[in-house]
Amino acid sequence: MFTYTLRRLAFAVPTVLVISLIVFLMLDMAPGDPTASLPLTIPPEVREQIRAALGLGEPVIVRYFRWLQMMAVTEPLHMIAAATGWDIAPAGPRILSWQTRSPVGDIIIQRIPQTLWVVGLGYLFGILIAVPIGVISAYKQYSWFDQIGTFVSMVGFSVPTFFTGVVFILIFSVWLGWFPSMYDTTLRVTDWDSFMRQVRQIVMPVAVLALFNASQISRFMRASMLDNLNQDYVRTARAKGLREQTVVLVHVLRNSMIPVVTVIAIGIPTVFTGAIITEQIFRVNGLGDALIRAIYVSDWPMVQTITFIFAILIVLFNLIADVLYGILDPRIRYD
Amino acid sequence: MTDASMPPPAAPPKPSAPPPPPSRPPSSADDVHDLRPPRNQWWDVWDQFKTHKGAMAGMLVFVSIILFVTVGPWIWQVDPGLIDIRSRNLGSSWTHPMGTDQLGRDLLARMMYGGRVSVAVGLMAMLLGIVLGTLIGVLAGYFKLLDAPLMRTTDLFLALPLLPLLLILVALFRDVLEGVFGQAMGVFTLIVVAIAITSWMQTARIVRGDVLALKEREFVLAARSIGTPSRRINTRHILPNVMSPIMVSATLGIASAIITESALSFLGLGFPPDFPTWGRILYDGRDWIEQYPARVVWPGVFISLTVLSVNFIGDGLRDALDPRIRGR
Repeated sequence: MFTYTLRRLAFAVPTVLVISLIVFLMLDMAPGDPTASLPLTIPPEVREQIRAALGLGEPVIVRYFRWLQMMAVTEPLHMIAAATGWDIAPAGPRILSWQTRSPVGDIIIQRIPQTLWVVGLGYLFGILIAVPIGVISAYKQYSWFDQIGTFVSMVGFSVPTFFTGVVFILIFSVWLGWFPSMYDTTLRVTDWDSFMRQVRQIVMPVAVLALFNASQISRFMRASMLDNLNQDYVRTARAKGLREQTVVLVHVLRNSMIPVVTVIAIGIPTVFTGAIITEQIFRVNGLGDALIRAIYVSDWPMVQTITFIFAILIVLFNLIADVLYGILDPRIRYD
Repeated sequence: MTDASMPPPAAPPKPSAPPPPPSRPPSSADDVHDLRPPRNQWWDVWDQFKTHKGAMAGMLVFVSIILFVTVGPWIWQVDPGLIDIRSRNLGSSWTHPMGTDQLGRDLLARMMYGGRVSVAVGLMAMLLGIVLGTLIGVLAGYFKLLDAPLMRTTDLFLALPLLPLLLILVALFRDVLEGVFGQAMGVFTLIVVAIAITSWMQTARIVRGDVLALKEREFVLAARSIGTPSRRINTRHILPNVMSPIMVSATLGIASAIITESALSFLGLGFPPDFPTWGRILYDGRDWIEQYPARVVWPGVFISLTVLSVNFIGDGLRDALDPRIRGR
């Protein structure tokens, strides 16, 4: 198991490096100059100094390693320092956002909680809905429950989130007036009243994400259950007189969860990137919103950082999925 | 799951590969009773496909949508860009079946022209993605030397955050391509290419797996022993046999390409405002949702119906192309 994990890790690190290079180069070669919007009265030498101060004068490779060092060491340390209050923040330059002139890391730290709440709850509820539906659908294959469940999950992942979100706004905030259509990040939860307001405003974005995730996961769950229900060990379990409940919920479910757990792990980063759209619909000012706004105004350091964070999330969760699969299913370790 | 470094399954049970193309002579003793004339296997596929109700319904809806966007503008000859400020924000009526927008443009005409672009983007991006994926899959599966580098590249692409990268690609290269191809064609080319280069990986993996299994089969050995060059072995013997998975992923590719294009338009990074696509109409209608909900519902319904129907077709196709199910 240890060598297996090491081998996966040995592949993950170069992947991250190559992705960082791609992200860096793509935006580095981007047309557009950060000094272009400065007044034309600035003399050329001063403009050169400004460019040098922004770190633009040096060769690409130097800038890449400098960026990588800031990205991989300086910014995380600053983020940890800001979150815990420890005095570990190193001195030296940081990645500055071109739109706000403040360190990118600080903005990201402000944005992460909103994204985590919305995305996390959306995914959690999605899983909680999907697993029972998948189990029942598979156990009663071709029953009316299965037929409806399969159809709804097909609709659920065919209808794009930007349409479900808009329909939810239309029904629940325009017509019924139950929930606000915009997410108010300034809301502080201090008492029961503000807590309820927080719940009301988070319901719709979470519901949109939960619906989408549930429809995908329930299909996997159903397929995986169906694969297992016809296996010999199920017949054995029944033959030795176990209760049907035990057979399905202990023997079959546990085995069916193996691929589903890895699918869930792999899906987490996609949910983050997919939440870009949900955040736009409900005006949640999370990480995705920061990315979109940065793209609108060509704030490339911000775009690079957020894209890189997404890339790290993908590689990390792929690694977690691989390792989890190895732990749950010893057959695939081959070591 | 994402592990392509796993050694290829040496000989996986692959009943989904149809029998080799040179049809068997019906002379062997077992086949004496089977005197039906030889039948193209695609007829069997079609027979199986017909039994899938969802797929047939999806086919019907998809064909209707295609007719709506292709033939529709000939029947409903209204200029989608015609601004008639006096008749703005109208509801449904005989003159404007879907109403008009804030500039008095007819929504039905805009839906038809928008659908053209959306469906065209979906089809083109799918085609390009499939060609790319198949090419890489066949090269990686057939030539041992190329396998490792190509599959590492595939893994790398799978680890990229695709939606952010798409957004960046569009934001970065829109102006460049608009200068080369003109405004509409520039954005069209950019979006098609961008979607294609971020969606070929699954196809490449599936095709590689199938090619790896196929190239060990006797008919490939036979072809090689009579001196068929590699290129022709691939085009004549291997490619026809990996058509099934390619067709399924092509179908699903249309659906995801249409969703991606709409999402880009929805985020304001797709086609320019005077160039309607379904996603763009939805995006423009969002600001008016409280007063005129129809303006977001129509494009949303059309996107969803298209994707849903394509997904159902894909489901039916997958069943129909699986010989384990076919004929039962």
